[in-house]
Amino acid sequence: MKVIKFLLEKEFRQIFRNRSILMLIMVMPIIQLILLPLAANYEVKNINLSVVDHDHSPYSQKLISKITASGYFKLTGYDQSYKDAFHLIESDDADLILEIPNGFERNLIREDEQKLLVAVNAINGVKANLGGAYLANIIRNYNTDIRFELLPSEKFNQVPMIDITSSNWFNPFLNYRVYMVPGILAILVTMIGGFLTALNIVKEKEAGTIEQINVTPIKKHHFILGKLIPFWILGNIVFIIGLLVSWLIYGIVPVGSLTLLFGFIAIYLLAVLGLGLLISTFCDTQQQAMFIMFFFMMIFILMGGLFTSIDSMPDWAKTVTRFNPVSYLISVMRMVILKGSSLHDVLPHLGVVALFAIGLNSWAILNYKKAN
Amino acid sequence: MSETVIHAENLTKRFGDFVAANALTLEVYKGEIFGFLGANGAGKTTAMRMFCGLSIPTSGKATIAGYDVYRQTELIKKNIGYMSQKFSLYEDLTVLENIRFFGGIYGLSNAQLKSKSDELITQLGLQHEAKKLVSGLPLGWKQKLSFSVAVLHQPKIVFLDEPTGGVDPVTRRQFWDLIYDAADKGVTIFVTTHYMDEAEYCNRISIMVDGKIEALDSPGNLKKHFQVDSMHEVFYQLARGAKRGE
Ligand SMILES: Nc1ncnc2c1ncn2[C@@H]1O[C@H](COP(=O)(O)OP(=O)(O)OP(=O)(O)O)[C@@H](O)[C@H]1O
Ligand SMILES: [Mg+2]
Repeated sequence: MKVIKFLLEKEFRQIFRNRSILMLIMVMPIIQLILLPLAANYEVKNINLSVVDHDHSPYSQKLISKITASGYFKLTGYDQSYKDAFHLIESDDADLILEIPNGFERNLIREDEQKLLVAVNAINGVKANLGGAYLANIIRNYNTDIRFELLPSEKFNQVPMIDITSSNWFNPFLNYRVYMVPGILAILVTMIGGFLTALNIVKEKEAGTIEQINVTPIKKHHFILGKLIPFWILGNIVFIIGLLVSWLIYGIVPVGSLTLLFGFIAIYLLAVLGLGLLISTFCDTQQQAMFIMFFFMMIFILMGGLFTSIDSMPDWAKTVTRFNPVSYLISVMRMVILKGSSLHDVLPHLGVVALFAIGLNSWAILNYKKAN
Repeated sequence: MSETVIHAENLTKRFGDFVAANALTLEVYKGEIFGFLGANGAGKTTAMRMFCGLSIPTSGKATIAGYDVYRQTELIKKNIGYMSQKFSLYEDLTVLENIRFFGGIYGLSNAQLKSKSDELITQLGLQHEAKKLVSGLPLGWKQKLSFSVAVLHQPKIVFLDEPTGGVDPVTRRQFWDLIYDAADKGVTIFVTTHYMDEAEYCNRISIMVDGKIEALDSPGNLKKHFQVDSMHEVFYQLARGAKRGE
């Protein structure tokens, strides 16, 4: 164990001597945490809506005014026919068409049932899809209002509850920043930890210093631990800085236990650093290590559930995300920070990440060759 | 004859089809200064890395300080010091920090580290540079520091791969003083060099050509055998037939 002390002493000396890198490690996440959530705002406003009202009734008017009052929609057309409205979609002037059929009011009152047609311009898919979802929500609300007005109160009980997706449930104002910040922090911690470790051993290979280490009787697991521990500490510091930034700038205070959060990050970092170390045992140059790490990071980030929802991925992609440590961190961060989930809730995630940590680090130790 | 510390029999290393070290057979005795000569690409570094447990041989047998080069590399490493051809200490650590780090890795105690570093710094005359980063040192001093780090843990054998390459004549002389000091204490020195005056300083030398050892004896006997006056001519006669080299 005394050997580890010397390894750590040396590693920290080198880290602290390289001030510019140290500054980057500390300052970069702060800047990114401030900038990225502002840019990655999924809340869509000014959705161009074209309405085709065949009914011209007080009820259809009421629906339209409810939609425009929501603040998300801009009425760009009020057309006579679906065909006219469709021209607007073709010229990209409308994102959505809402068609209210003839007899809307009558059917609603008498038959208690009515169909509306919503057409979506799929070119700007995100905007139109979200718009469609908002519109559906508004119509559902309207539906409840109407029934409340029309029906006797005992019948009101049968009205289905408005279902809101769980993310909105815990994030009631649809504040995407609250949703994004924990995810972005997860990615930052992963990138910093992964890249630093991937490049570190390779740097020693390039400089030739690893040869001088390999010719000593040092134990392989001591060497790997000597690389793991410093970056583990650094990763934790970055995470703490990140939590402070989210609190100071976004007012995000974890609903759940901080201890649980730190416990999870502690194990998660071992997994990510293990991957970095493993990559560096395979590579001879920093360029190789960089590219391989980049390959994994791209997949981790794009398939981590931050920018695209894992639920809407095809099955094969869902299977891939099961091997993506970032997806576990992002969901645990959201669970603990936004929902206040307990250890019991995140235990499955913790188990998988711990397996990654053990597997990747053992592999790194095995694959680190003192002789060739 | 005294105790054998390096024993190699038909030791061979291949890289694919290429035979970098071809059936090396040699013995080195305790306390000897053994010169390992050969033109560029002859296979000196390859052979030395096998002796140090850094490279596993393709075939043949060898024991270093009594330990097997296939199975007991970590025991070998406890008993040897190695100075690689390429400078390989930490440039971003100071002289003292490098000594402390490698001493620590070899398991020296804090007290030993303290006394060893003081001793080495004085011996090298690096008092003023002790707290400076290694990256700023002139090559000659770097090489002397590397040597000190290689003998820090009092190994039985030190392997020096071109320790004086590119070093000025005065520093070279000082370097050989360090080598003699170590040899006087009973350390076996295994050294490669391209300087023929240094070859003369060795007790025995071998000359490698294209992966094979073509001659092995004391400098005096070799000169007699080839009927020439200088080691330079011995080397020239053997090495001019070499196919490899830059
Ligand atoms: N890892 C390797 N893979 C393939 N070929 C190698 C490898 N290492 C060395 N060689 C080849 O083996 C030959 C011997 O190389 P080596 O470094 O042992 O020579 P050397 O005698 O030390 O030369 P120098 O005086 O230039 O240091 C060279 O032709 C070299 O290209
Ligand atoms: Mg060489």
